[in-house]
Amino acid sequence: MSITEQRPVISKLEQQELRRLLAENKRIDGRSPLQYRSISVQLGYVEKAEGSALVELGNTKVLAAVKVGIAVPFADTPNEGILIVNAELVPLASPTFEPGPPSEESIFLSRYVDRSIRESKTIDLSSLCIVPGRSVYSLYVDLYILDYDGNLIDASVIASVNALGITNMPKYVVEGQAIKRTDEYFKLELKDHPVSLTYAFLDDKYVVDPCLSEEYASDFTVSMTVKSDDRFCAIQKNGGGMISPRRVIELLERSVELGKELRTVAYRQLTGGNG
Amino acid sequence: MGENITLFSEDGKRTDGRALDELRPIKIKVGVLSNAQGSAYIEQGKNKILAAVYGPKEALPKHISLPDRCILRCRYHMAPFSTTERKSPAPSRREIELSMVLRNALEPLVMTSLFPRTVIDIFIEVLQADGGTRCAGLTAAVLALADAGIPLKGLAAACAVGKADGKIVVDLNDLEDKYGEADMPIAYNPTLDGITLLQMDGIMSKEEVEQALSLAITATQKMHKMQVDALRERFSVQRRET
Repeated sequence: MSITEQRPVISKLEQQELRRLLAENKRIDGRSPLQYRSISVQLGYVEKAEGSALVELGNTKVLAAVKVGIAVPFADTPNEGILIVNAELVPLASPTFEPGPPSEESIFLSRYVDRSIRESKTIDLSSLCIVPGRSVYSLYVDLYILDYDGNLIDASVIASVNALGITNMPKYVVEGQAIKRTDEYFKLELKDHPVSLTYAFLDDKYVVDPCLSEEYASDFTVSMTVKSDDRFCAIQKNGGGMISPRRVIELLERSVELGKELRTVAYRQLTGGNG
Repeated sequence: MGENITLFSEDGKRTDGRALDELRPIKIKVGVLSNAQGSAYIEQGKNKILAAVYGPKEALPKHISLPDRCILRCRYHMAPFSTTERKSPAPSRREIELSMVLRNALEPLVMTSLFPRTVIDIFIEVLQADGGTRCAGLTAAVLALADAGIPLKGLAAACAVGKADGKIVVDLNDLEDKYGEADMPIAYNPTLDGITLLQMDGIMSKEEVEQALSLAITATQKMHKMQVDALRERFSVQRRET
């Protein structure tokens, strides 16, 4: 059962300060309302994984790693590879992360990242079929949240796409009934470079890329994932509160604008700086 | 996916004969269970969904309670026989996510500060699924809350809009949900002009999302009227009995 979350108490003073600053279009860490924190991407952080990326978005730290294997395809998609996204909110990252089975928050995070990648068709799953109905590639994207300072969604999408973008796929050959792994590899091709943009709402104001205190003080957040062609592939309001339709339309416009900038920064190493 | 399936007939009608902006037939009944403080039943297309509310009651264990307001617990669950293939009764990741999404959509409607230290339990049980269950479930859950006499800021009705074969359609059925290009569930409160549930997956341009949004608002306004009628029916019957 989903239960009203108990947010860590942040002091009234800090809450007031966040709101006071926001009334002047300022933020607690000196950013403007529509400014992202600095992003750093370290590709190939985990050598044992076929693809990986460590992303730092301000103090938020997310490690994404891709493990490649072969599996029996799902019955309803016999010609498609399998993509599974899983998120671990590692207890060392925050006092609010508990060891144990996946929390609601981690399920929500992994499902949103999954939708962002799957719906944007970043990976052409039909190209990952080895023997139809019998054997396909499986891509496990494991997200490891290592330090939590807000906005896990955007950082996780960036980390996952970067990790997939450098993923080396082992080649398999079919020998009669058997499927054998060879020593050869090919690069997984990315068909898109989606970015998620998360907005936190405080009263009637909003900020993009909320840090942790902004997230805690906010009424709710809205995330939108934009594809390279400026179309949307995932939207989600998270948390209580109400948003007017007018505001949603405003966010759509903002996301198209901000998405372009974010995409060039986030995927610079994959695309050689050409967006 | 969907290449071989046509979602529109030659005269532009949908697979179930509806126009683009037409809702499926909806039947709502409030006060259908004897033990729950509030309950509601909805049929929308082939969806059959029950919602029940227990509370406000003491929040136990005590540490889950909040000193300034009541908390909400919400469970969205699909019966094993509600789908074509049997679904395991254990909660899936999807159901866990939807329980949270629905709680987030209901919480802003409830005047929670009136009942500090208590809990309100909301159960949504899908008996038969036909696409758009979270929306129909939410429409029923809001009525179950109202039936329980819990003060609300307003009612909200929910409806999925989306894109099928390049056209923006209202209230997606199972086929359109599976084979269409996009699905956008929305819950809207017309009196406060507030969206409490907003999700989208699939691919839509900014203009298409805007168009879908305005169709959703018109559709949920229609459903809001049905909700009011269902509540009226419930309480006018009670008056006659006493």
